[in-house]
Amino acid sequence: MYTAPLRALIDELGRLPGVGPKSAQRMAFHLLRVPTEDALRLADAIVAVKERTTLCTRCFNVAEGGGMCAVCSDERRDVTVTCVVEDPRDIVAVERTGQFKGRYHVLQGALNPLEGVGPEQLRVKELLQRVDEEGTEEVILCTNPNLEWEATAMYLAKLLTPFGFRVTKLASGLPVGGDLEYADELTLGRALEGRRELDA
Amino acid sequence: MSLFRDQGVVLRTYRLGEADRIVVLLTQGHGKVRAVAKGVRRTNSKFGGRLEPMSHVSLLLWQGRSDLDIVNQAEVIDAYRFVRQDLPRVSAGLALLEVADRLAQERHADRRLYETLVGALRVLDDPARDPALVPAAFFLKTLVLEGAGPVVTACASCGLAEPEVELVSFDLLEGGMLCRRCRRGRPVSAGALEVLRQVLGGSLGAVLARPAPGCTEELTALALEAMEAHLDHRLRALRSVAGL
Ligand SMILES: [Zn+2]
Ligand SMILES: [Zn+2]
Repeated sequence: MYTAPLRALIDELGRLPGVGPKSAQRMAFHLLRVPTEDALRLADAIVAVKERTTLCTRCFNVAEGGGMCAVCSDERRDVTVTCVVEDPRDIVAVERTGQFKGRYHVLQGALNPLEGVGPEQLRVKELLQRVDEEGTEEVILCTNPNLEWEATAMYLAKLLTPFGFRVTKLASGLPVGGDLEYADELTLGRALEGRRELDA
Repeated sequence: MSLFRDQGVVLRTYRLGEADRIVVLLTQGHGKVRAVAKGVRRTNSKFGGRLEPMSHVSLLLWQGRSDLDIVNQAEVIDAYRFVRQDLPRVSAGLALLEVADRLAQERHADRRLYETLVGALRVLDDPARDPALVPAAFFLKTLVLEGAGPVVTACASCGLAEPEVELVSFDLLEGGMLCRRCRRGRPVSAGALEVLRQVLGGSLGAVLARPAPGCTEELTALALEAMEAHLDHRLRALRSVAGL
């Protein structure tokens, strides 16, 4: 009941994360309806991102044209602090805070023994080499507060602290604007542990 | 379609769509259950950290027409916080979850497997106890529950017992320890055989109350091999943990 090109488009859209068959169908018909140049802009953007986006040669963030990413190319960034993240999307999240001035390192995953992801599948070797060469003093483990990342953080801390690096991890606590009574025990427990002195 | 209450341990989770997760649970009354926790990956989720692997939770689940239930409410019974703060304990915990996931059957309650898992996690969470022997002990104990416990009191081949013969090796095909004359498979030290007997003979609690014996690695390798043979599946957690 679909033409072959339409069928192919629905199939491809349906492979995207979070897109089910119904949404894929809706998107495909939408693209069919919009002016050709609008649809081609999407096609061009996909081609451009695949052709021109590479991984930063230093930190494995997304970069353009085979070189370093925007953060690594920025000379004003503080070389003494390196923030370790799982994925380039986490860099976007941290940059939005406007509070971090150092460099990043993208591990490209987290340790997951159940999935067979060990240190050799991650950019751990590269991290150790970088912090050694770049004059890093502090490594911030900017980790998702879940079990895989807690294991990853403990593992990295074990590797880095003997060499005199200061290893820190994000405080885990209560979401701003949330109600205490809805906090789960684990989060509230951690928030209590990580409590801070108030300056009077 | 109905709502039901149960308690369970989160065995593992998978990301689903934008912000959801599929949570695989070993429940007390319904065996293995897969359920969707909606929005759990958002920082303002009402579930918070309650549905992380290893959490022991009390749940309100909605069973619809699909294979996947929906988590309606989750309250923590025990988050095993101490386990989460120590790499060897996390590793051991994950090894237990992996095996429980393989052994449990969907929607088929197995009270003893459930209680053995919760018991083992409690031992891991006790700072006074050594975690090293827990995975091996858990594997051996669950093999017994499966009716696949190894023979350790007499030679699995000729049937002769001590002191007539000395039991010196362990062979999976024969199903247990072998005497010097029938010996095949991996050699087993006298110390390891002693602990093996205690674990299988119901003194598990006493064994785990002591510091891990020197033969812990030997026993872990043996128990891992026996469990993998039983499941006909290569286990990942304990093997990759060795690399940590
Ligand atoms: Zn970079
Ligand atoms: Zn024999």
